[in-house]
Amino acid sequence: MSTAAGKNNSSERSWPLWEVFVRAKRGLSHVHVGSLHAPDAEMALRNGRDVYTRRQEGVSLWVVRSTDITASSPDERDSFFDPAADKVYRHPTFYDVPEDVEYL
Amino acid sequence: MIGAAGKLETAEATAAYCLQLGDDALIYGQRLGEWISRAPQIEEDMALANIGLDLVGQARLLLTRAGELDGTGRSEDDLAYFRDERHFHNVHLVEQERSDFGFEMARMLWFAAYQCELYAALVTSSDETLAGVAAKAVKEVDYHRDHASQWVLRLGDGTSESHRRMQEALERVAPYVRELFEDDAVSVAASDGGAGILPSSLWDNASGHVSRVVVQATLTLPADATWRSRGGREGIHSRPIGYLLAEMQHIARSHPGATW
Repeated sequence: MSTAAGKNNSSERSWPLWEVFVRAKRGLSHVHVGSLHAPDAEMALRNGRDVYTRRQEGVSLWVVRSTDITASSPDERDSFFDPAADKVYRHPTFYDVPEDVEYL
Repeated sequence: MIGAAGKLETAEATAAYCLQLGDDALIYGQRLGEWISRAPQIEEDMALANIGLDLVGQARLLLTRAGELDGTGRSEDDLAYFRDERHFHNVHLVEQERSDFGFEMARMLWFAAYQCELYAALVTSSDETLAGVAAKAVKEVDYHRDHASQWVLRLGDGTSESHRRMQEALERVAPYVRELFEDDAVSVAASDGGAGILPSSLWDNASGHVSRVVVQATLTLPADATWRSRGGREGIHSRPIGYLLAEMQHIARSHPGATW
């Protein structure tokens, strides 16, 4: 696409952005893998399949309009996350793990 | 190629049949490759490239099988790069020049609808290799058909301009459709031997799918065109294939045996 066409296309004429989540296999959760453009949800799923699962990366796909995601702001990072720093009692580190118990 | 009784011998018939199917896939794969960097969005570049590569993958297996069976010992590369126009057996539909996106989706809808029925039938081919290729390809072409269907729906039932251009695209593709479903000597012989399937038997289901998509897209399936393509199966082609072959073959011919 030429630069001029790209400019014309920039806002209202280009396809909306979607965030793509892939589940690698049964039992795992969907993980954010990236984003893409698509005219609607059905095509976003198909584009997600073509762009992000070319090498058998997944067994399930979610797509979400990027504008539908509410994200925490980098400016609020301190008040959001730092207060948890000194609450060691929230970590389950005060238990002895029995030797024979796997996956704990 | 014609045996004493005037009929194709089984292995020869299967070889010639694999060559037809392989050539359809190879030439359309090459055409679709032309879309890379030219599709409406980079995501669509990827989709068309994936579809093209699926087809090239099918072509590789089919041409290899053709070379094994026809007694010449030619490899997939020999067949792809060192045959001239008159020895290609693809239909005219797949060799037509790349046009607008609507034309590509109309062409893909017809071709994938045809291939879906074709490979579904060939899963039970008496030729084990052909049956194996079909079993692998049937999922691929199902996706191709879905991709084209999705776009025809959106363009047909989109804006007034997209509707008009999608309708025009269906009209432009129409004259090339019947050739896909024509029973030529090779497919008849392959079908008699149990390796192949009569193209005419695929028409009802394939055209049924296309017709449902077209109606849902608020478009009209064109009446049979006043002219129609023919001759591809016998190696008689239209002008665009020469340019396509030149581009596809020139590296292999300029540097024989080169690898990377």
